Amino acid sequence: MKVVIVDYGAGNLPSVERALRALGAETKRATEPNQIAEAKAIILPGVGHFAAFVAGLRERDLTDSLRAANKAGVPILGICLGLQAMFASSEEAPGECGLGFFPQEIHALPAHVKSPHIGWNQVRLTRESSLLKGISPDAYFYFAHSFAAPATAESTVAACDHGFPFAAVIESNNLSAVQFHPEKSGETGVQVLRNFLESIK
Amino acid sequence: MTLARRIIPCLDVDGGRVVKGIEFAGLRDMGDPAEFAARYNREGADEIVVLDISASVEERVTFLETIRRVAAQLNIPLTAGGGIRQMEDGRAVLRAGADKVTVNTAAIERPELISELSRQFGAQAVVLSLDVKRKANSWEAYTRGGRQATGRDATEWAAEAVSRGAGEILVTSIDKDGTRSGFDCELTAKIAATVSVPVIASGGASTFDNFYEVFTAGAAEAALAASIFHEETHSIMALKNFLSERGVPIRTSR
Repeated sequence: MKVVIVDYGAGNLPSVERALRALGAETKRATEPNQIAEAKAIILPGVGHFAAFVAGLRERDLTDSLRAANKAGVPILGICLGLQAMFASSEEAPGECGLGFFPQEIHALPAHVKSPHIGWNQVRLTRESSLLKGISPDAYFYFAHSFAAPATAESTVAACDHGFPFAAVIESNNLSAVQFHPEKSGETGVQVLRNFLESIK
Repeated sequence: MTLARRIIPCLDVDGGRVVKGIEFAGLRDMGDPAEFAARYNREGADEIVVLDISASVEERVTFLETIRRVAAQLNIPLTAGGGIRQMEDGRAVLRAGADKVTVNTAAIERPELISELSRQFGAQAVVLSLDVKRKANSWEAYTRGGRQATGRDATEWAAEAVSRGAGEILVTSIDKDGTRSGFDCELTAKIAATVSVPVIASGGASTFDNFYEVFTAGAAEAALAASIFHEETHSIMALKNFLSERGVPIRTSR
């Protein structure tokens, strides 16, 4: 199983790669459009700023190839900022366009809660989830973010609360995304990645 | 559904080894950082902090290698710092496998460092390390490993650091550090009430009750300790079970 990891110039790729390899997957970093075009499964990892992410994709000419891959039904897993980049836009970078796989906007966490939302939190299942298969309902996941997709996004399968209910896990046809970091979420996170790899077999 | 309080073992490293400062007697070698990290990852730690206490330019290469070796053992977050003077130092630490970088002396001397790191890597990757000594009616920020008074009010500096983009504050009480007399809960509560980001308490941990107090009265989101974990005075899971039984939201699975 080969998984292509999008390398847009930031992000802690080694920990995602290490986690996937430990599960027997082969990983390859993609910095060019043709590498995305050939991919059978894609991971969009991400930390940092929404604007830096979309600029990083644009500079490497990866935006269109990712949109084409989505259209072709290639499985794509977004992690943290990678989830947010799948949306149309973000309050973090007004005027910047995301990949637009989902039409909504990413919102800032409100001022009355501690932000960034950093640490281990639980999620509430709203639909059956393939990524969370075999994971206890009271399991904890590691989050580190200041922006989030409102849980009203249609494809939300699990929500978390921090200021407002936000999408913790999204699944829709070939697309899946998590706001937490599975590669930093202990054994629970390993199970999420295992489930993703199972789903693309 | 509640954000869990975090238990964070801290590895003070020098020359690629975990060390413990002994009063008037220098440093004691405690072991291999990668071995400690693997053990804590297994035992249910929520995060690991690695601090280069030599903070010397000559030791940078060794420290980055330590981060790489530690990161390879973990599937939990890693924070690293000590001697971060400029943005490139921060980048090197993050590229070596840390998720967050701590800044201290250089940030108080040139606060723009925090803005630069935060713009580049995001607030979630920038931790202000704040060493504090109690004065008559206030708390003063110290630098250079707690040796240099700065004349700056700790709460005021914490607030500025957050406004510049620090995503967490690691508050160490110099008065309490190494005393095993409990965290300075008044200090952490004061900082937590001042800033909008999570506060990590450090300095003075000894008993399970100390952790309970800092998560309740001290309003800390996370608590850090070193030797009580290194010397296996306490197992992390036993501590977490103790806190969980008392109603502190905590992650007791792995």
